[in-house]
Amino acid sequence: MSANGDTPLLEVEHVKQYFPVKSGVLIDRTVANVHAVDDVTFSLREGETLGLVGESGCGKTTLSRTVLRLLDPTAGRIRFRGADITRAGRRAMRPYRREMQMVFQDPFASLNPRKRVAQILGAPLRQRGVRGADVDREARDLLDRVGLMREHINRYPHEFSGGQRQRIGIARALAMSPKLVVLDEPVSALDVSIQAQIINLLEELQDGLGLTYLFVAHDLSVVRHVSDRIAVMYLGRIMELSPAGELYDKPIHPYTQALLSAIPIPDPRENRARRRIVVAGEPPNPIQPPPGCVFHTRCPRATEVCRTVVPPLTEYAGGHLAACHHPLNVTREEIAAATISDASPETAGQVKPDFVPAGEGGDERAPGSGGAAAVEA
Amino acid sequence: MSEPILEIDHLQVEFRTDEGVVHAVDDVSLTLAAGEVLAIVGESGSGKTVTAMSLLGLNRSPNATFRGSARYRGTQLLTASEDELRAIRGAEMAMIFQDPMTSLNPVQRIGDQIAEQILAHEKLTKAEVRDRVVELMDRVGIPRAAERARAYPHEFSGGMRQRVMIALALSCSPSVLIADEPTTALDVTIQAQILERLKELKDETGTAIILVTHDLGVVADIADRIAVMYGGRIVEEGTVDEIFYDPQHPYTWGLLGSITRVDRDRGERLPSIAGLPPSLLAPPEGCHFRARCPHEFERCGQGPPLEDRGAGHPDRCWLTVEQKRARRVVDDGEIGLAAKVAVEASPEGLVDRRETPPGAPSRVAGDAGAAEDARVAEEDR
Repeated sequence: MSANGDTPLLEVEHVKQYFPVKSGVLIDRTVANVHAVDDVTFSLREGETLGLVGESGCGKTTLSRTVLRLLDPTAGRIRFRGADITRAGRRAMRPYRREMQMVFQDPFASLNPRKRVAQILGAPLRQRGVRGADVDREARDLLDRVGLMREHINRYPHEFSGGQRQRIGIARALAMSPKLVVLDEPVSALDVSIQAQIINLLEELQDGLGLTYLFVAHDLSVVRHVSDRIAVMYLGRIMELSPAGELYDKPIHPYTQALLSAIPIPDPRENRARRRIVVAGEPPNPIQPPPGCVFHTRCPRATEVCRTVVPPLTEYAGGHLAACHHPLNVTREEIAAATISDASPETAGQVKPDFVPAGEGGDERAPGSGGAAAVEA
Repeated sequence: MSEPILEIDHLQVEFRTDEGVVHAVDDVSLTLAAGEVLAIVGESGSGKTVTAMSLLGLNRSPNATFRGSARYRGTQLLTASEDELRAIRGAEMAMIFQDPMTSLNPVQRIGDQIAEQILAHEKLTKAEVRDRVVELMDRVGIPRAAERARAYPHEFSGGMRQRVMIALALSCSPSVLIADEPTTALDVTIQAQILERLKELKDETGTAIILVTHDLGVVADIADRIAVMYGGRIVEEGTVDEIFYDPQHPYTWGLLGSITRVDRDRGERLPSIAGLPPSLLAPPEGCHFRARCPHEFERCGQGPPLEDRGAGHPDRCWLTVEQKRARRVVDDGEIGLAAKVAVEASPEGLVDRRETPPGAPSRVAGDAGAAEDARVAEEDR
């Protein structure tokens, strides 16, 4: 995707993750598949943060687990530093495991309540080959690094608050000196003032250690704050992938726009001033995803083509990708200059989107999108 | 505003525990008028849920002590008998709980659960109840209501279950609806639908809403008035515009400053409030926010009363309005934590304790400081 020659840290190509739905009394027959992740392609450069957003059930957590090879992908290819790890076995995965770590959502459930911090941090340190007194020293250093007191080493998880526990979870991930850290909703269980502390900590650690983050979250405001690029998922597919600022200023996919518009802005006047688009309904069943564009059942701009043809991921200027037949906020020229991306699903159509002039087809203003302002008088 | 239907006066709630007495709510006074939306905001443990639960007698226990008064249309809620409360709960004041996943009975059909609530307060025939249930489910936006009434909670998504909770709460057209984090467990698009629905209901029926939440976005969207709670106390109370555009308490500044906003770019570090909320087992003397406040000075040792200090709405901070307005950072229309200006000349001997920004970068292992610490640790051993 990027023009420079060096290999991205992580490459995910046309990955599918289906879960079988079984039925039958004596013999389990697979009667259907949950299409949790359906042909997703993206890559992560070293030191960058990719935000992965979407509603619950869109497959963002499944995708993050597949990427870490905690699940065996149904199809596709995953490369870590150029090495294909799609089918690597336990033993073959071991050296890579150290380099890819995860921080979980629930700081209360993700730490063993019967182990002291020393043991929680000691296990990964020993795994990495640290021995003897160094284990204790490094564990204390880790605590220091994540903003806890070195003396806390002998405490149990229940003696900490939610924010502090999340710090321990982060320290545990760092114990392996990882390259890639998958953060699965790392702040959504925390209070706002504590969220800010943890977000700041994550950014400091990234700057200090050159970490690469895959930041999975449903909260678009948090994601905007931490990410370089953002991928919006819906029903197992990537709807839009773009540099962070651009996604918010110029959302191309109607789903992204709806998602942004649904977020209340903590500013009463601005909130009153903007027009909200409330999309009706809920995401469809991933066992039988709708044909064509998966969002067409809720989309205000949907037409016949959306119901039949899977929209290709189209690459607009500046590495902004979107899969929509009727894109928003782009000019006729921009569409003409756009190309169909390699990241496009294999089943997608090959026809570039058409141009819909602003003001037609349910075009509404999204937060910060200055381009679509209505002309009056 | 019209006459208040709910008046809370100097409410105090304490719980005796093995570790001591928890002062969960300390001197909370609030009023609620018909058709009004009052938001109680604060972090976990600030006493907002306890305040709401006390109104319905949901947290009564031998270990709980309630002082002060909470009147609903003349009924003293704190001392009301269980029978009196039962008549009020559901019919007059209803509650929506935070977690739609655990608040419904998993082995009872949705429709039956709503019917049970209706029958507890009204005498209706089977057919009438059935119609009412379907109508309620329809009103909160559950598609194919007649059919869905026969479903069990596990067949519903989170958003749909929260709608069921709202249908339950609305089943007897209450005058007061207490919504405890009603949208926290939901996705944003569903949250937007639920908020729209709540607004419509308020306009249609004149139901007053107490919204307990930590999400200031939701508050900005739907509330008329806001009470900010910290450490069991209200630290500031005012209209939505007063709290967002003229906040008086340093805690409110911190709260407003530390939220990530979808309409703002990836910027500098987020201003965050250093430290943790106080333990309510032994709340600090004086102002509860003292230990985390960059503007603390001697007088904070005495607890400031909640009063209007000239801003037009009451707060609990000793600083004068002028001092507050000078210290609060308002740049680019955004209110951030005042720590940024804390280094500026401090009038009248106000102590400035914070030299580094909150949550200053932790030392990088291998630098001098860490090496020093490591040596000290070695020696300790």
